[in-house]
Amino acid sequence: MTNDKHEAVIGLEVHAQLRTETKAFCGCTTKFGNAPNSNVCPVCLGMPGVLPVLNKKVVDFTIRMGLATHCSVASKSVFARKNYFYPDLPKGYQISQYEEPMCQHGYVDIEMEDGASKRIGITRIHMEEDAGKSIHDLDVDTLVDVNRCGVPLIEIVSEPDIRTPHEAYQYLYAIKQLVTYLDICDGNMEEGSLRCDANVSVRLKGVEKFGTKTEVKNMNSFRHVERALEYEIQRQIELIEDGGNVVQETLLWDANKNVAVPMRSKEEAHDYRYFPEPDLVPVLVSEEWINEVKKILPELPKERRNRFIRNFGLPKYDAEVITAEKPVADYFENAASHLSQKNSDTYKSVSNWVMTDVLRVVNERHIAVNDFPVLPEHLSAMINFIIEGTISGKIAKDVFEEMLKTGEEPKAIIERKGLMQVSDASVIEKAVDDVLARNAEQVEKYRGGKTQVFGFFIGETMKATKGKANPKLVNEILKKKLAG
Amino acid sequence: MSVTIKDVEHISDLARLEFSEQEKEKFTHQLNDILKYVEKLNELDTSNVEPLSHVIELQNIFRADKVKPSIPTEEALKNAPAKTEEFFKVPKVIG
Repeated sequence: MTNDKHEAVIGLEVHAQLRTETKAFCGCTTKFGNAPNSNVCPVCLGMPGVLPVLNKKVVDFTIRMGLATHCSVASKSVFARKNYFYPDLPKGYQISQYEEPMCQHGYVDIEMEDGASKRIGITRIHMEEDAGKSIHDLDVDTLVDVNRCGVPLIEIVSEPDIRTPHEAYQYLYAIKQLVTYLDICDGNMEEGSLRCDANVSVRLKGVEKFGTKTEVKNMNSFRHVERALEYEIQRQIELIEDGGNVVQETLLWDANKNVAVPMRSKEEAHDYRYFPEPDLVPVLVSEEWINEVKKILPELPKERRNRFIRNFGLPKYDAEVITAEKPVADYFENAASHLSQKNSDTYKSVSNWVMTDVLRVVNERHIAVNDFPVLPEHLSAMINFIIEGTISGKIAKDVFEEMLKTGEEPKAIIERKGLMQVSDASVIEKAVDDVLARNAEQVEKYRGGKTQVFGFFIGETMKATKGKANPKLVNEILKKKLAG
Repeated sequence: MSVTIKDVEHISDLARLEFSEQEKEKFTHQLNDILKYVEKLNELDTSNVEPLSHVIELQNIFRADKVKPSIPTEEALKNAPAKTEEFFKVPKVIG
């Protein structure tokens, strides 16, 4: 921060929407985008006399996240009612966990700006249900859609170990990576399947006691989290420097104006009166259950990145980019397994194609890597053709573009379009002869010592062979002919 | 511990209920009577007793993650005092 007398103390509360088929306590679908108020039943509508029954997968997913963040998983955990009135909460309470959450005392390691690693503690992870959606943009009324009511969430609460907006970003990123690797949440902040609130306070460096904190909400992208925290830390420091006091309150981040606006105090005057949910029985998790989940736990991002460096000889940067998202890492591994020659050079070649060409198109078209038109085995088949000298790297770019369009395998494209690299010396010699005959003036220049025109001859010969001539042979033959 | 009229006002506020001064007085007395009655339980030493939140000793009642049909929107909105074709309608929440 701009002030080196003070430091910030930040704790994050992250809500992750679980990717189950059905809601937490009823069989309604969690499918996004259905007509308003169509994914509902008496249970999630909060009708009197109904009985919620817990979706087992919600527990499985929560254990997964607990294990991935080194938490201890409670052998017994219970649900609680969190009572408050809001139109998008038909029951008048949210089913959540309070005193006995599913997971506690874990951590996530993040990388700080100087590259050093830092451990951020996780206080707890608990299960709860989502509320519905209010639509406020009408003039007179608020419209309520309760499709999202009862969709399972986990809330991941960090310790106040975070000191800078950058660390907050890194922590959130690590959480996103974990939930997506674990396949329990799609991790999309813009669409609200991953949400983040922050508790922020500042104190003089060296002081142990926390300052008065504020809560910042409504930050719906990674950038917003960083900017909102920068704003709020700066605001608190200036307030204190001017002799003022921070008031404990909730602020909403306004991304358009770049300011955090206090909520009206009436809206946050909460007294949730938690009590044990009488309709749901305790969840007991045995060692066997935990071991079952452990068995299906996938390799996590950090381990995978390190393995990519170790086994494929990839540079750290490549490994980070490729393992940032699981589908990309899967794509890379799948492609790498189909290489005809496996060594750090060919792996690096796959990495280059994935990082530049595959990810470029994925980002341009906003598509999922799983829907990428070029199959990983086709990409490596194409790289195999480069390795074997059938096509040049330059022609490969055309083959790739064609594969993008048609989804064909590279062999078919190379044959159909006659893109095979020409390695027949006599053919190349003839092309070179033609080029030299047509450009007598340049030949004179070269022989007179202006060797920089060599590139011109290469270009002309490649053009004459429609880019198919083996560049190495062209080089050799040109040198020989120009010399003599 | 006794309940004051302020507590009654706070609780009724949370419950979105409005009472006359007379009613508030009455509820303050009634709530205090109830608490006094339950107070009797404090005579027992429960320091070694696990809190009980269910009288039935069941645990791990789950459902499989299988979709069941929802009810039609029309049915869902049937009891709503105000609605559009697809939505519940409530007084404006954010001004």
